[in-house]
Amino acid sequence: MSTMPLGGIIFLTIFIAIFGTFLIFLARAIGGQRKNNSAIKRDIYECGIPGQDKKESKISVKFYLTAILFILFDIEIIFMYPWALSFRDFITSGAGTPVLISMGIFVAIFVYGLWWEVKSRALEWD
Amino acid sequence: MGNDIFEITVNSVKLIVVFLLMVQAVPILVWLERRGSAFIQNRFGPNRVGPLGLLQLLADAVKFITKEDFAPDRAIRKLFYAAPVFALIPATLAYAAIPMSLPFIVPAFEMFGSTWGPYKFLVQGYEIGVGIVFILGVSSLAAYTILMAGWGSGSKFSLLGALRASAQVISYELALGLSIVGVILLYGTFSLSEMIQAQQGPLQFVAFGHTVTSAVSWIPNWGIFYQPIGFVLFFAAAFAESNRLPFDLAEGEAELVAGFHTEYGGFKMLMFFIGEYGHMMIASGLATTFFFGGYGIPGITPAELQQVILGWGFSEAAAGGLNSLIHFLSYNVKFAIFLWIFIQVRWTLPRFRYDQLMDLGWKTMLPWALANTVVTAVAIYVVTL
Repeated sequence: MSTMPLGGIIFLTIFIAIFGTFLIFLARAIGGQRKNNSAIKRDIYECGIPGQDKKESKISVKFYLTAILFILFDIEIIFMYPWALSFRDFITSGAGTPVLISMGIFVAIFVYGLWWEVKSRALEWD
Repeated sequence: MGNDIFEITVNSVKLIVVFLLMVQAVPILVWLERRGSAFIQNRFGPNRVGPLGLLQLLADAVKFITKEDFAPDRAIRKLFYAAPVFALIPATLAYAAIPMSLPFIVPAFEMFGSTWGPYKFLVQGYEIGVGIVFILGVSSLAAYTILMAGWGSGSKFSLLGALRASAQVISYELALGLSIVGVILLYGTFSLSEMIQAQQGPLQFVAFGHTVTSAVSWIPNWGIFYQPIGFVLFFAAAFAESNRLPFDLAEGEAELVAGFHTEYGGFKMLMFFIGEYGHMMIASGLATTFFFGGYGIPGITPAELQQVILGWGFSEAAAGGLNSLIHFLSYNVKFAIFLWIFIQVRWTLPRFRYDQLMDLGWKTMLPWALANTVVTAVAIYVVTL
């Protein structure tokens, strides 16, 4: 069965968006604003000192590296999905051996990539 | 969604019911978590409001909604307010795709002078042919809501928490995605209902041209017997995906105050909570579907149960409905066991350090998942040949 109930998905998305927005406005209407509305109260949370803007804090470059590596590996994993789906069909139709070997080569590249990544200390958090 | 107005209406109402089922399960889980943690830590927990403290949830909801609506001056207000709303969407969309019971069949009937039906209503939000791919794709959108909240708050604790959370979520998504490849190899389908059908009946598989059936007839044909390592990897990665202890580095209060929802309070906070519990529910539902036969009952197939119920003297349609209901209960029992494991683990294990967390994901779980895939593929190849 290859169905994609787009109507249902869109309906549910819109329903939740409206529901959530309604809740936010409801809480705003009932909760309201208190009289004490000083600048100190409206500042962001900081452990007792004047708030620091997010622009003043430095972010480790490791996060970007992790994101880039994730994209590479995730694409490789997604390539395995259609292969896994039709592997049994290939075996029954007699083409199992070449399909298994070609995926073996793919996995070998994957493993080499992971090994190289570990070796070049891309995954170290210090 | 359907062919006529009746079917469309029922299916739309069903989607809303699935969403409300998910939302109303959250206060019950919060209560269970608080009572459970109290039990584990040898104290009472909430026991004043209503019997066993059950009305605590209602009191909490009233408290949340009467809280002042607050957004800090430095916040990007659009992102700050949109993030909690968006947090609800991925969890619900994915949860609606998990089948919860047998299809409910309504025979043809007369209404408003015309004949309607017969209808077949699925006990799930919607049936998707590529179920696994859809669920993985949609639930990983949760990383965006985390980043929206972290960036939109304008606070440095929020931003750091959001970065940590999204790095953790995407890292464990690799192990999660790879642990499912073994499952797809096993069943040869992306569709969740076909997987459940493949797991019905006693333990039975084809090896070297012979059909092997287990001697004990009540042992079910569940995926856990073929993919034990896949199950462990999937479940461990699911903890990290839903930011639960021992992987809740995103909101490690000793380091980051509260992570990406530091600046949130009241109802907005509650909506993030619903999203987090929604991810727990997806993980439990998927673990049930992949490895524990979904709504199936061990020792009896749906067709056999239908015959048993017909033997009690029900009509065909009523027996079908009752059958559906019994399987729905069976699904919920398995589902609840997994949710309890989530809660028990949270109150048993301490938190990881961040580098240990990343090492576990990349250097331990990813290679194991890869090895599991290779072994599964070779085993299927050898056995089927």
